[in-house]
Amino acid sequence: MLRRAFFAVSCLLLVSAPAWALQQPSSPGQGGFVPLDSMPPREQLPAAPLLIGSYAFFLVLMMFYLWTIWSRVNKVEKEMHDLERRQGAVKR
Amino acid sequence: MRKAFVALAVLDAAMFAYAPFAINAAPYESTMLLIQKIFYFHFATWMACTLGLVVCGVSSAWYLFKGSETADRVAVASAELVVIFTLFGLVSGSLWARKAWGIWWDWEPRLTMAFMLELIFLGYLIVRRFGGPGSEKLAAAMGIFGAATGPFIYKSVDWWRTIHPKTSVMRTLADTSGGAIMWNVVMFCVAAFILLFGLLLVVRMQLEQSRTELDRLYLAAED
Repeated sequence: MLRRAFFAVSCLLLVSAPAWALQQPSSPGQGGFVPLDSMPPREQLPAAPLLIGSYAFFLVLMMFYLWTIWSRVNKVEKEMHDLERRQGAVKR
Repeated sequence: MRKAFVALAVLDAAMFAYAPFAINAAPYESTMLLIQKIFYFHFATWMACTLGLVVCGVSSAWYLFKGSETADRVAVASAELVVIFTLFGLVSGSLWARKAWGIWWDWEPRLTMAFMLELIFLGYLIVRRFGGPGSEKLAAAMGIFGAATGPFIYKSVDWWRTIHPKTSVMRTLADTSGGAIMWNVVMFCVAAFILLFGLLLVVRMQLEQSRTELDRLYLAAED
């Protein structure tokens, strides 16, 4: 009798263990994860600085690139003038 | 010619001045909300970059097989613009990813290949700058292979498992709620970037022309 009862309890535990393991958590958000919108504002990552940063970076990059082109053009023109002046001096 | 350039530059400046207002007026994407508005310049810069790749690849091949000096000037100008637009694409993507994915960077196929593209074209510019005589041909080969990476970068999100959105996003954008307005705004930004690419290409080519003239003057002076 005792052996049969032990066998029945063992079978019940073996069958119910996977079902117990697959159970949903009692309430969502209790497994160490919290929905982002329920967090306090200081914990949330603000989007505006990243968005503004992206557009500001584009503006700065374009300004910098135009400045590099402008300085390179000036350098080449200066070299041309120097060369012409030197050639003129040699001819005289 | 000069008048047309100035008129187009004014038009492009006006388009870039208006773009933030159009982006602000566009509807919010339902899951990413405000941060998704990076998309308008992010996508547009990659379109300009793609155009740069095509121009650089074709002109490099033209220079390599036909020996055209004009094609070489176009190639070096467009390679420099590819570096600039790719840099902005990588930075804007990183800022977007920080909010959308929670990370600044991930070594996944699309991002890694885009980074490699930047390195290839930086290599192109370094070869041109320090390679000495004959480096134009080596750089042209780099330009062709750099351009050949373009289709692989584009399709990488469809071929491999990645966190980056797939190419189908753009095809289905107009069908979503408010997507038609978003589509119009993104096309407006693409037009502004392509015009900017064209204007910068012309300016950069003129610089290259002046350098070639200077080299000729030096050679003439030595003779």
